[in-house]
Amino acid sequence: MKRTTLDLWVGVFVVLGIGALVMLAMKVGNLGTYNVSETYQVSAYFENIGGLKPKASIKSAGVLVGRVTGITLDLDRYQAKVEMSLDQRYKFPKDTYASILTSGLLGEQYIGLLPGGDEEVLHNGEQIKKTQSAVVLEDLISKFIFNQADASSK
Amino acid sequence: MSATKTISMIGNRAISAVWRIGMASRFFVLTLMYSGSSFRRMHLIVKELFSTGVMSLIIIIVAGLFVGMVLGLQGYETLQRYGSESALGVMVALGLVRELGPVVAALLFASRAGSAMTAEIGLMKATEQISAMEMMAVNPIARIVAPRFWAGVISMPLLAAMFSMAGIFGGYFVGVVQIGVDEGSFWSQMQAAVDFREDIMNGVIKSFVFGTVVTVIALFEGYDAPPTAEGVSGATTRTVVTSSLAILMLDFVLTAIMFRGT
Repeated sequence: MKRTTLDLWVGVFVVLGIGALVMLAMKVGNLGTYNVSETYQVSAYFENIGGLKPKASIKSAGVLVGRVTGITLDLDRYQAKVEMSLDQRYKFPKDTYASILTSGLLGEQYIGLLPGGDEEVLHNGEQIKKTQSAVVLEDLISKFIFNQADASSK
Repeated sequence: MSATKTISMIGNRAISAVWRIGMASRFFVLTLMYSGSSFRRMHLIVKELFSTGVMSLIIIIVAGLFVGMVLGLQGYETLQRYGSESALGVMVALGLVRELGPVVAALLFASRAGSAMTAEIGLMKATEQISAMEMMAVNPIARIVAPRFWAGVISMPLLAAMFSMAGIFGGYFVGVVQIGVDEGSFWSQMQAAVDFREDIMNGVIKSFVFGTVVTVIALFEGYDAPPTAEGVSGATTRTVVTSSLAILMLDFVLTAIMFRGT
C-alpha cells in the first residue's frame, strides 16, 4: 500500500479514536456539565440528609444552579453540614429555603432552593439558615402505622 | 516410583513456567529499551498502526454496536419492572465504560491483531528472516518488535473508546429509538452518573494495561515460537488463550483496585 494512503487511514483511525474519547468525556461523562464559570460557596445545616451524596445537583425551579461539594457531620450541633458551590450567575436572597428533595419515587436526591423575599443576596462563605431535611421513607411509614394503631385503639 | 515421577513432572512444569515468565519480562524490558530508535522511524509504527488499529476498526465498531443493543434490550427488560427505565442510559454507559468496553475490545484485539502478530513473527523466524537481520547487524527487536508493541499500546485505548461509544449508540438506538425511553432522561441521567475521572479515565487506564499485556504476550509467543509450521500454529493458539485469560484476570484485579467502595 502506498505511504500516503497508509498515513491517511491511520490518521482517520487516530482522529476517530480521540473523537470517541472526547465524546465519552463530553456527552457521556459529566465533564461538559461541570460549570467552568465562576462559583461561590455557601453552606447549610440539615437535621438529616437522607441519601444525599457529594456532587448531587442543586436546583432552583428545576434549573441546575450548582453542585454539592462536601458533606460533613458538625460535632458541635450534631447536624450534617452541606457545602454547596453555586453558579455566580445565580444570586439568591438571604432567606432562601433549602430542602432535600427526591427526583421521582426512587430517583437520586438533590437540593431544591426556594428563594425568599429578602433584598440582600447570599455571598461567598455565607450560610443558608432555613433548611428542610430529607424525607426518610421509614419514618413516614412508622408514623403512618402508629397513627393507624392509635385510631384503631380508640 | 510413579509418585516421584509425577512430582518431578510438576516441578519441571513449574520451573519451565517461571522460566518463560522470566524470558517474557526480559523480552519486555528489551523492547522498551530499543523503542527509542523505533520512535525515530515513525513510519514503521504507522504501518503497524494500520494493520492492528485500522484493520480492527470494523470488528470493534460492529461488536460494540451489538453489545450496546443487547445491553439496552436486557437492561430495559429488568429496569422497567421497577419503573426506572429512565436509568437505562446510566446502566448502558457505566457497563460499557467501566468493564465491557476495555475487556471486550481487548479480547477482540487479542484474537484479531494479537494472533496475526504472533503468526507473522513466528513465520519470520521460521523462514529465518530474523536470523538474516541479525546477520546484517539489524536488531530485530528494534526493527520488528518495538514498532508493533507501540502500535498495540497506542491503538488499544482508542479502540476501547470507540467500542464504548458505538455501544452507547447501540443502547440509544434500542432504548430510545425502538422502545421509546425518554431521550432527555437517557442522556441527562447518564451524564449525572458517569464521572470523567472515576469511570472514563479508569476505563482508559484499563485498556492501556490490556493493550500492553496483549501485545507483549503476542510478540513474545511469536518470537519464542519453534521455527516449524506446528510451532507457529501452537504459538498462535497460546497467544489467544493466554492473553484472553490474562485480560479477564487482570480486569478483576484492576476493578478491585479502582472501584472498591464505590
